[in-house]
Amino acid sequence: MLPGGHLLSVLIFFPAVGALALLLLRGDDHKYIRYLSLIVSVAEFIFSLFLLFKAPVGASGYQLEEFAKWINQPPINYHLGVDGISMFLVILTTFLTPISILASWKSVELRVKEFFIMLLMLEVGVVGVFLSLDLFLFFLFWEVMLIPMALLIGIWGHERRVYAAVKFVLYTMAGSILMLVGIIWLYNATGTFDLPTIQQMLANGVLVLAPRTEMILFLAFFLAFAIKVPLFPLHTWLPDAHVEAPTAGSVMLAGVLLKMGTYGMIRFCLPLFPDASRRAAGWVAALAIIGIIYGALVAMVQPNLKKLVAYSSVSHLGFVVLGIFAFHNISMQGAVYQMLAHGISTGALFLVVGMLHDRRHTFEISEYGGLATPMPKLAAFFLFAALSSLGLPMLNGFVGEYLILLGTYQHHWQWASWAALGVILSACYLLWSYQRVFFGEITKEKNRTLPDASVREKWILATMAVVTLWMGIGSTYITRRTAAAAQTVIDQVEPQRPYEASAPSQIMPSLAPMQPTHTAPRAAKPISFERLETR
Amino acid sequence: MLPRTIDMYRVLPELLWCGFGALVMLLQPFVRNRHFFTFLALIGTLTGTLASVISAANAGPGFNGLVESDSFSFFFRLLVGTVAFLVVLAAGPYLDRERLPVPEFYALLLFATAGMGVLASAQELLTAFIGLEMSSISSYILAGYRRDSLKSSESAMKYFLLGSFATAFFLYGIALVYGATGTTMLDKMAHTDETSTLLKLGLSMILIGLGFKVAAAPFQVWTPDVYEGAPTPVTALFSAGPKAAAFALLLRIFATVPAATHFWFWAFWVLAVLTMFAGNLGALVQTNIKRLLAYSSIAHAGYILVAFAAVTTMAQAGSAEAGPAYAAVLFYLLTYALVKLGAFTIVSQLGGVGEKNLSLDDYAGLSQRQPVVAAILSIYMLSLLGLPVTAGFFGKFYIFKAAVNSNLIWLAVIMGINSVIGSYYYLRVIVVMYMRESSAEAAAATPVGFPLSVSVVLAVTAIGTILFGVLPNSVINFLLRPNLFGFGH
Repeated sequence: MLPGGHLLSVLIFFPAVGALALLLLRGDDHKYIRYLSLIVSVAEFIFSLFLLFKAPVGASGYQLEEFAKWINQPPINYHLGVDGISMFLVILTTFLTPISILASWKSVELRVKEFFIMLLMLEVGVVGVFLSLDLFLFFLFWEVMLIPMALLIGIWGHERRVYAAVKFVLYTMAGSILMLVGIIWLYNATGTFDLPTIQQMLANGVLVLAPRTEMILFLAFFLAFAIKVPLFPLHTWLPDAHVEAPTAGSVMLAGVLLKMGTYGMIRFCLPLFPDASRRAAGWVAALAIIGIIYGALVAMVQPNLKKLVAYSSVSHLGFVVLGIFAFHNISMQGAVYQMLAHGISTGALFLVVGMLHDRRHTFEISEYGGLATPMPKLAAFFLFAALSSLGLPMLNGFVGEYLILLGTYQHHWQWASWAALGVILSACYLLWSYQRVFFGEITKEKNRTLPDASVREKWILATMAVVTLWMGIGSTYITRRTAAAAQTVIDQVEPQRPYEASAPSQIMPSLAPMQPTHTAPRAAKPISFERLETR
Repeated sequence: MLPRTIDMYRVLPELLWCGFGALVMLLQPFVRNRHFFTFLALIGTLTGTLASVISAANAGPGFNGLVESDSFSFFFRLLVGTVAFLVVLAAGPYLDRERLPVPEFYALLLFATAGMGVLASAQELLTAFIGLEMSSISSYILAGYRRDSLKSSESAMKYFLLGSFATAFFLYGIALVYGATGTTMLDKMAHTDETSTLLKLGLSMILIGLGFKVAAAPFQVWTPDVYEGAPTPVTALFSAGPKAAAFALLLRIFATVPAATHFWFWAFWVLAVLTMFAGNLGALVQTNIKRLLAYSSIAHAGYILVAFAAVTTMAQAGSAEAGPAYAAVLFYLLTYALVKLGAFTIVSQLGGVGEKNLSLDDYAGLSQRQPVVAAILSIYMLSLLGLPVTAGFFGKFYIFKAAVNSNLIWLAVIMGINSVIGSYYYLRVIVVMYMRESSAEAAAATPVGFPLSVSVVLAVTAIGTILFGVLPNSVINFLLRPNLFGFGH
């Protein structure tokens, strides 16, 4: 079955159909429930791979658009579309969902049916967020996905789960309500919720926002996204949510949900409010850099392994935000790449941590030590994930971080040099934690007899490792597709620098030629003159 | 002089409701069968509600302009009629369980409904006053219907005292407005001197009187006590029916009388902010589900008042401009009535004999014991919270939109903040139901049964909540008709 013209709708609603089917199963048929949800999510993943073939490589603008009227007054449309950026985020989502389902195969024994329904509904919301081109529709999915996530944390989480779940919802809610006001305000100015239409109006000069209005609107949107990312100092919900969430919840949370924030910045903040984005860029970058360093430092002193990984997310997402607000094609692509890479590598870290928890029911690093002896395979996978997370060349984390730093350096070398500290620090905390957990003598007698990775766990982690490696080597497969979309965003935010737009598709086929072409300085001063000099 | 037939058509719903109410009272000494009266009340509320279609088909002013049968009154008659019908459905099992007499309850309910219908269609202040009294006096008695319960009597007493106080304000306001304008007809007031102090004073009195009825802060203090003490089906009625009717009258006054529109923007602004905060902050600390819902209904009155502030701003550019804001109010009232009705029905059913199980702790682990009920109650909570795919979301969205349209950004932001505060206690209900374990005795007890009639109420309200959350088109298109109010044709 090849979903025809409605691929995007199928992608959004297929998991919902699966969830409905689950609803019909008996609650104690745990085996069928697990298999059915796995089949649904794998099928969804296969559907999402069609995106790669259906959307032309290197094309800018939205592909596979779907449009239907929904509500007459105000005119709200069911408008979907995909571009190079959202395509891979969707695939990341559909990839991590079956992984999460497999990861919860044994560890979830309580209310199994509801658990898998929630996971699938979460997928519906997240995919919807990435594919919506109507501001209203986007907001709708953005809100809808809150409830399954909150329930995943609150019902199947650990000791302080209820606190974490409520905190998660309230933080997100606070941001998104402001965003709703912003969306309506924007509707008042434009008469439409349709993102491409608004972009068109901005490009044609039909819509001109006063600087102050633009800044307020930018902040209304940005705050909602910054909470989600989370950007320092709005990150405090994240460690709680991560530590209390079940493994599948953590994987989805770190892997996909955080990306909704950075995706929102790329998709909405920059294109809709370019001037405000430029004016705010310095502040945002400062917060991002603080987040990078602060997150890394806090991660370093964590006695709790899961919290350590959670804080590493704060640090890594700081890189993404920095890459976005450096307004450079390369750093933008790096940001997109880092979003994907972080989803995979942090997802893998959470998976291993979850597997350790399944065995010992604790996250305390002091409870472990010397685990490499009883469980060498798990140790190897953890090391692999940690190395990819800290940015070892040939693995996926390196590509993202390197591109971000490279692109940022072209415009603001100071930003890049501060951020580079984060790379060093991440090596410190990840390797140090690895040493404390897996190396040395076995300090606790209990740990001596722990079983190594089971077949299921090996398959999960091996899949993650293969993807990690592939993304580290075959990065051009992805960057060829993200380049044009990233350039579109850059053009919208800084239209006065047309020379970067000249050959977007040639930028990324290999990493080598991009440095000379893109050492162009910032545009403010006499452009042509300086460009001649640098060349 | 006999009234013309067409006049009768224009008040047909109220006539039918009153008629059936009287019939129930007359038959009470002769029929012993409880189900007979339930059946009669169902027929009465249903025929009255359906008769509003006849009234709408014969639109126009009735009784020399005392009442107006237009789309606006059609909407509210349908709303209060449906609410009454559903309350009858839900009340039957309740009255049986609590061993309360049946006929009087239905008679009072029908009279109250008729009063609300009059309120919604009144085009003249004294007629409105009669409607208000009809619904209020019936409500006072209904609040104290569990005579042997101390709380119920207290509730009735409080409601009666404060309610009559408010009514006095309202009446005094009418007198002053009459003194200033020489008329009590709303449409005639459109052409009077706006600057008259007497008129302003009179309108402020009317606003205070109706402010009591809709539980706007600082006139809201009676609400939690009355809602808590009254029999729960009655509470369901209170939160849905009379409130909607009072808002209807308020809307009609402030849509019709320009003097009211121009002067009262800040009054509504302040009322809205106070009411939202009073409701939401009060609800945060409640442990009794009825009180929690009572405070939440105060908060929701605040949200509706936000739309009123938008109405008054927009209406300055002419009544037609304010169309979206009117629609926002009406749509919100609809969604709100559905949800509150359903939620109180569940509370009433789960309360058990003598309404003992009203604490939030009694809801712990409900998702295990009664998954369907917990799921439906969650839908209501999410709708009150304003989450997409529920009607409450669109209700809030339209109010947001009206507020931003009229440049009330700050009010919109304050409403946003309040929504977040509100989400905390709505979530708490869900958290308690889904994330806490049942107490030992609750787990051991047999699940509370939901008779067919109650299930119908839940089904109607839950399906309505989802339906209007996915496809609000039909209702909104109806509400955005240019001739929502009868005048001008």
